[in-house]
Amino acid sequence: MNDTASPLPQVADTTPPRIAVSIRDLFLEFLIIGATSFGGVVPYLRAALVGKRHWIDDKEFVEMLSISQSLPGLNATNMAILVGEKLRGVKGSIAAILGICLPGGVIMYLVGMFYRQHGDHAWTTAALKGVAAAAVGLILSTVVQLSKKSLAGRLDFIFMGLTVLAVNRLHQSVPRTLIAVGIVSILFHRPARVEKGSVAQ
Amino acid sequence: MNQTPALARVFAYLSLLTVGGGMAAFPELKILTVEVHKWLTFPQLIHLYSVGQMAPGPNMMMIVSIGEWAGGFLGALVTVIAFFGPTALLAFVVARIWKRLEKWQWRTSVQQGLAPVSIGLLLAGCFTMAKGAVTGLETAAIAVSALLILLQYKINPALLVLGGAIVGILSFTSK
Repeated sequence: MNDTASPLPQVADTTPPRIAVSIRDLFLEFLIIGATSFGGVVPYLRAALVGKRHWIDDKEFVEMLSISQSLPGLNATNMAILVGEKLRGVKGSIAAILGICLPGGVIMYLVGMFYRQHGDHAWTTAALKGVAAAAVGLILSTVVQLSKKSLAGRLDFIFMGLTVLAVNRLHQSVPRTLIAVGIVSILFHRPARVEKGSVAQ
Repeated sequence: MNQTPALARVFAYLSLLTVGGGMAAFPELKILTVEVHKWLTFPQLIHLYSVGQMAPGPNMMMIVSIGEWAGGFLGALVTVIAFFGPTALLAFVVARIWKRLEKWQWRTSVQQGLAPVSIGLLLAGCFTMAKGAVTGLETAAIAVSALLILLQYKINPALLVLGGAIVGILSFTSK
């Protein structure tokens, strides 16, 4: 990614002048996303924020998503914070994250209570067995898709393999693994040395 | 016994491990909630996580159920705040200073360097979960089918997980 601070002017900026977004609208839109985003929030966020509301443009969306992905935290909540902050500062962030978390939170609160009482029914156990196996397949498919998108060289796959080995085989804690492999990997991807005085590309 | 302080501590810690997604924290989530604090069993954790994939919104909302089991309504509330608070604060600070970070040469290095590690953590979390979820030929077949279908067709993952429930009922209730 070499999208750093390009001095070039944007091509024909046709986005209409920004109207201030009210906290109420911000909360409601994120509440709707939180209640309808079955199977992953990112496409729903894009459709609502870029498509329906025109609160941010696609370039901003992609940039915010890349920030969200490189920070700890879930994409959904990080995006809520970033978009909320951009539109309305602190209050906007709070409204957005509350909105996106509320529906799922209420649902899982109720599901948890139901499961505690009926989790040992024959039908529930059978259904959950299938659900858990399908979820494993779902996570694996995410791994495959992310690897295709963001792993470049052979060494990237080695770093990935080392991480799995450290956690699953050597039983190292996640933070220790993250720091150890992370530092080596970041150093490997270090910025190209630039001579002092020369102009960086 | 009041579990609220322990919930706050555990989930604030887990929060910071969710690099690249909630699943990255899964191995630690299992150790802390199942083995250390015994708030639930490993099969229960797997079930809640999987059911959580069918709920809308952020995909780790199953933490609410753990909080509720361990500490009632207050426990659930504390869990959510502890799990989303620290990373929300960090995202907010980064949003504020992003313009300056953009010119920081190491930014791309950090992004590119963390990518393989975060995918590795996701895979490690997946293996941890698979140990409990894939227990025989039938469950392995369901997992592999789900994987292949998702890679081949554009289908909503929540629907597919729901499909897993139906296949589960059909194949596991006859015993």
